[in-house]
Amino acid sequence: MSVYLLCLVLFCVGLYCILRKRNVIKIIVGVVIAEYAVNLFLALVAYRFEGRAPIFSPDQKILNMVDALPQALVLTAIVISLATTALLVGIAMRIYEKYGTFDITKIKELKG
Amino acid sequence: MVDLYLLLIFMIIGAVIAVEVEDLLSAVVCVGTVGLALSMIFLILKAPDLAITQIVVEILCLIILIRATLKKDLPFSTSGRWLLNTGITVGFIGIFLYVASQALKELPAFGHPLMKVSETYLTDAVKQTGATNIVASIILDYRAYDTLGEATVLFTAVIGILAVVRRIGRKKQGEIIKEEDE
Repeated sequence: MSVYLLCLVLFCVGLYCILRKRNVIKIIVGVVIAEYAVNLFLALVAYRFEGRAPIFSPDQKILNMVDALPQALVLTAIVISLATTALLVGIAMRIYEKYGTFDITKIKELKG
Repeated sequence: MVDLYLLLIFMIIGAVIAVEVEDLLSAVVCVGTVGLALSMIFLILKAPDLAITQIVVEILCLIILIRATLKKDLPFSTSGRWLLNTGITVGFIGIFLYVASQALKELPAFGHPLMKVSETYLTDAVKQTGATNIVASIILDYRAYDTLGEATVLFTAVIGILAVVRRIGRKKQGEIIKEEDE
């Protein structure tokens, strides 16, 4: 159970960074850390003691494999997280071009 | 299981340094170490597909973030209602940790997963799909629509990035268009 708690602490580090920091790049760093924590949590739920990787080989007939379904869904989530991170960085760079700063408290003129 | 705990603590320390360090480039490099440790944890948790994908995604993410931090930036100020903001944030995170740790008691114990859905996949996948890698047979056969949706999200994000960062059609008078490739 303490493995789950360490994973939650990692998520909370990312959450603190999102809520508290003012730099846009720091906020993106927090989002990335929280994504890592959630992916890790799902992979931890799928683990089984003494389990094998979910790949069949011809000479082995044992069926004590780890849970393959969360792994497949996390595989999807990892790729999507890369796309969203790239979109966030693109928006942050546009903000820097327009306002000359990454500080979110200085971005006050929100008109186009 | 000692290696799993060591890597988890390494990830938490790397994340704390990435959050608290002043220099943006150092923060991005610390996030890179966190991602590589995550890839090693995936290997320990017997998920080789996840480890490979995580390594590729991590390096791409690092390149994108370093590209963003190459710009000069003002040092971020910490003036204002520092105590109030930090207090509210820490209080919220404490409540969240308490509720989540209560909810964790309902999960099956670590190392003993519920295999209700995966039993059929593990026993029938080779007969039904012909793929010896169960993860590949799930994402490409049983849940192919999910992968299709993932590709849709990916290309939508690419369209969004192109619409945000491209310079053609945003020219003002007297402004020099700089050539910059993404």
